[in-house]
Amino acid sequence: MAERVKLAIIGGGPAGMAAAIGAYEAGVRDMVILERDTELGGILNQCIHNGFGLHTFKEELTGPEYASRYIERVKELGIRYETGTMVLSISEDKKITAVSRARGLFVIEADAVILAMGCRERPRGALNIPGTRPQGIYTAGAAQKLVNCDGFIPGKKVVILGSGDIGLIMARRMTLEGAEVKLVAELMPYSGGLKRNIVQCLDDYGIPLLLSHTVVDIKGKRKLEGVTVAEVDKNSVPVPGTEEFVECDTLLLSCGLIPENELSLTAGVKLNPVTNGPFVDDRLETNVEGVFACGNVLHVHDLVDFVSEESERAGAAAARYLGGSAEKSEESVVKIEPGDGVRYTVPSTVDREFCDDLIHLRFRVRDVYRSCAIVVSSNGRTILTKKRRITVPSEMEDVILKKTDLKDVTGPVTVSIAGV
Amino acid sequence: METVKLICIGCPMGCDLSVDLENGVPVSVTGNTCPIGKKYAEEEVTAPKRTVTSTALSKDGVPVPVKTAGTVPKGAIFAVVSDVKKAKPSLPVRIGDVIVPDAAGTGVPVVATKDVSR
Repeated sequence: MAERVKLAIIGGGPAGMAAAIGAYEAGVRDMVILERDTELGGILNQCIHNGFGLHTFKEELTGPEYASRYIERVKELGIRYETGTMVLSISEDKKITAVSRARGLFVIEADAVILAMGCRERPRGALNIPGTRPQGIYTAGAAQKLVNCDGFIPGKKVVILGSGDIGLIMARRMTLEGAEVKLVAELMPYSGGLKRNIVQCLDDYGIPLLLSHTVVDIKGKRKLEGVTVAEVDKNSVPVPGTEEFVECDTLLLSCGLIPENELSLTAGVKLNPVTNGPFVDDRLETNVEGVFACGNVLHVHDLVDFVSEESERAGAAAARYLGGSAEKSEESVVKIEPGDGVRYTVPSTVDREFCDDLIHLRFRVRDVYRSCAIVVSSNGRTILTKKRRITVPSEMEDVILKKTDLKDVTGPVTVSIAGV
Repeated sequence: METVKLICIGCPMGCDLSVDLENGVPVSVTGNTCPIGKKYAEEEVTAPKRTVTSTALSKDGVPVPVKTAGTVPKGAIFAVVSDVKKAKPSLPVRIGDVIVPDAAGTGVPVVATKDVSR
């Protein structure tokens, strides 16, 4: 007979652990975290650099330290977790099929599920880089795991494509491990990573960041010998005559993260094509009743602090659902839509009758906007304005609405950047 | 008077800072939104400091993530890493354990940032 549990949390990284703690604090006791790795902590375990926790703990921690705060708390509260456990599918009626060395293949029937599987890196196959397929090409995160967890240095002469944060962090890491990082090439005219990482990881070590540049060819039969880097125009098309060959034995790819939602799809969860994460309402509940999502599986975050905050809310929402007090009404649901300059919003609907007193709206902007304002409006009426000195696509934006602001709203609520 | 442009690394905001220097001494900081920015700018133009993170290879071959317990002068980063690489901690290591008591003569210890067992 299948095991029964009130709440199953898929993933034991920062999102899963914070969701479990949030659910516990809201009264749930019968729950389990299922984690495929051999330990809790998720990707934080390989992020040995500092800069985590400034918002949550008001101090600067490394990834493993940040994770350990949550791991200790999970253990202290006696929250059950099973590591080395791979979830294979989740059915629409919340039957979870998983496999582990300890238990073999097994099924857990859950009353509620929190999706917290995180994201993965965009691989070479998804980037359409021409050239041969030699050894020496890694995603930045794979190289990070090799260096920080396994103690192997992938190469000595490195080119990095993409200026995502993991790529920038790895530029410094490889330099400190004795490798020569020749350059970071970024397709866009702005960096994909946080500004502080450009200062601390590139500028400190004199590593050039070539904006509006990409890799147009890869050379090497068995082992990578070098890459050809070229400038691109406004439409991201390589400019003939700007090609330059750069000798290297390692190419690291830091070209974006994709929420890992294969399991969500097996449960019938609908995904937003912009975020590749589930559509959720103000409770972070997906279209499948009792299935919630949080963290990078929902939308890729810039800071883990925001993952933790969001995930605790998902845990509390799941607790409310399990307690039978999660009232909702079809009639009072309004859509939240991205307007000018905004790519997406999370959540994408809000129940103005039964929502919490404060509603977090998170989103990313399309481009770099200076001296602008975030405007939340409905039917031409402005609900909220927030001035910003600068907004950049690499950093998540956040506005908090009051329930009282939505009292008279009938049509969709739009989030936009004024003057775009 | 000389003006130096900086990006604050105090937090992910990354404020654009402008520091006015007179004979190498910072006299005013603008562009910061909090006191961390002012402190960072003044330090960055006179004696830049960084927290260094790395891994020490334990006797068992398992990497132990470490950090300097405070900031060290920017110029000492490579010497600190070199000291970390010489350390061969024995497992198990607990979070906060001292791996290098005084990294590269900076007076700052290097500590483990994760519980690591065999």
